[in-house]
Amino acid sequence: MQHPPTAGAAIALRSLTKRYGGHTAVDGLTLEIARGSVCGLLGGNGAGKTTTIGMIMGLILPTSGEARVLGADMATDRHRVLGRMNFESPYVDMPHRLTVRQNLDVFARLYGLKDRRARVAALAAQLSLDAFMDRPAGALSAGQKTRVALAKALLNSPDVLLLDEPTASLDPDTADWVRGLIEDDRRARGTTILLASHNMAEVERLCDRVVVMRTGRIVADGTVASLKARFGRDTLEQVFLDVARGTGNDSMEETAA
Amino acid sequence: MTAFSPSRVAAMVTRYSYLLRGSWPRLLDLMYWPTVQLVTWGFIQRFVGQAAAAGGSGGRLAVGAGTLIGAVMLWDVLFRGQLGFTLSFLEEMHSRNIGNLFMSPLRPLEFVAAMMVMSLVRLALGVVPVTGLAVLFFGFNLWGLGVALGLFFANLILTSWSVGLVVSGFLLRNGLGAEELAWSFMFLLLPLSCVYYPVAVLPGWLQAVSWCLPPTYVFEGLRAALNDGVVRADLMAEAFAINLGLMALGTLAFLWFVRRSREAGTLLQMGE
Repeated sequence: MQHPPTAGAAIALRSLTKRYGGHTAVDGLTLEIARGSVCGLLGGNGAGKTTTIGMIMGLILPTSGEARVLGADMATDRHRVLGRMNFESPYVDMPHRLTVRQNLDVFARLYGLKDRRARVAALAAQLSLDAFMDRPAGALSAGQKTRVALAKALLNSPDVLLLDEPTASLDPDTADWVRGLIEDDRRARGTTILLASHNMAEVERLCDRVVVMRTGRIVADGTVASLKARFGRDTLEQVFLDVARGTGNDSMEETAA
Repeated sequence: MTAFSPSRVAAMVTRYSYLLRGSWPRLLDLMYWPTVQLVTWGFIQRFVGQAAAAGGSGGRLAVGAGTLIGAVMLWDVLFRGQLGFTLSFLEEMHSRNIGNLFMSPLRPLEFVAAMMVMSLVRLALGVVPVTGLAVLFFGFNLWGLGVALGLFFANLILTSWSVGLVVSGFLLRNGLGAEELAWSFMFLLLPLSCVYYPVAVLPGWLQAVSWCLPPTYVFEGLRAALNDGVVRADLMAEAFAINLGLMALGTLAFLWFVRRSREAGTLLQMGE
């Protein structure tokens, strides 16, 4: 059964800005993501997606503005909600010399899970990790590593899940499998998901709403269908190219309901 | 969520113990250098002692040489204590795991506590067996110092953690390009804290610098214990007072570096 989005924003950004010296990576972002929804974050390289996600996680401090997750200010009060969040990103890894089982056990302990073994076993079955649970994480293929990283991201059954290019470098079959997993988790638990991706088909399949960034700003925001209609395009990829190249109507912004 | 959770500290200790248990070269490495140091300085002590006796130059040189083995083992407590702390931190940087940890409920001070525990574990594995070798090969029993040894150890480990905190914070902010600091920083203290010679050997102005460092008090205390058979509680108390200040400064420095890393966006190595 699909969970309908619940009232209130799981993620709320207000005038969120990040400057590195003279370079503005994120420029006054204001955005609310409803609980239980899946929001795609699109943008070319350097658009500010990863910096935005970093500020939502509280790993990067904003220059001004605020990022709130489940009501907590992530600059000052992040530890109140970190146990209810998780993330997966190609920019981090897990200890290579520890086995998959050891890695998941350590993170299960960090998240304070009561029945660690049962949870790890359940995730191993769900993500088909059983065959390599006792192999060092560093010895896995890219696809296997992604599945392990997703297992880590799902360990604490997070209310808010941040996924930064979860299918990058995966073969089409594995990528499709991962998308199915994300869909299943969202259906089963009503997880709020923010998904940064360069894969337009993935975004079309998974996201209720799409936010497109360019040079640190939101330049388009709406459902996939509404964006296609506004830009007069047949595919999200064409919309993205219009926005990325500045050839579309950038001034059209829509806040998703 | 609790402000400080021993179970999260235990989770990190488990993480490092998995690493140590799975790698016999790492275990061997913990003992290798302390053993090499002991054997080298043990024979130097024996040679200097014999030469002094044969040359009739007497007492002072022979007595001074008699402290070398003790000094080298206590130096290892200081150096390996800091290294044990910082290596745990470096493990996370090498495996690109810092982002995962800082995104988990683990708090910075819990991370620090886990590194302190691992520093003690690594010392227990690396230096304690060497004290047995000292008895076996050179007839020197470090444990015979009794209470004094406990005071020496406590002061040295506090200094090592203070340095470890600053070095780890610096690594966090500046990345693996600063890794060499983890290995070399403590050697700055080797000549200044008078590990192998009395403070009186230094020029006056350098003595003032030397007395700002807690290890100086420990090594002077060691010489007093071995040469004169006295426990200089006054020296230990002064060292402890300075160490409390250093630990506070080290902790503040680490937290400052964490904040600077969040400002600079380096916790995630993710430059777009």
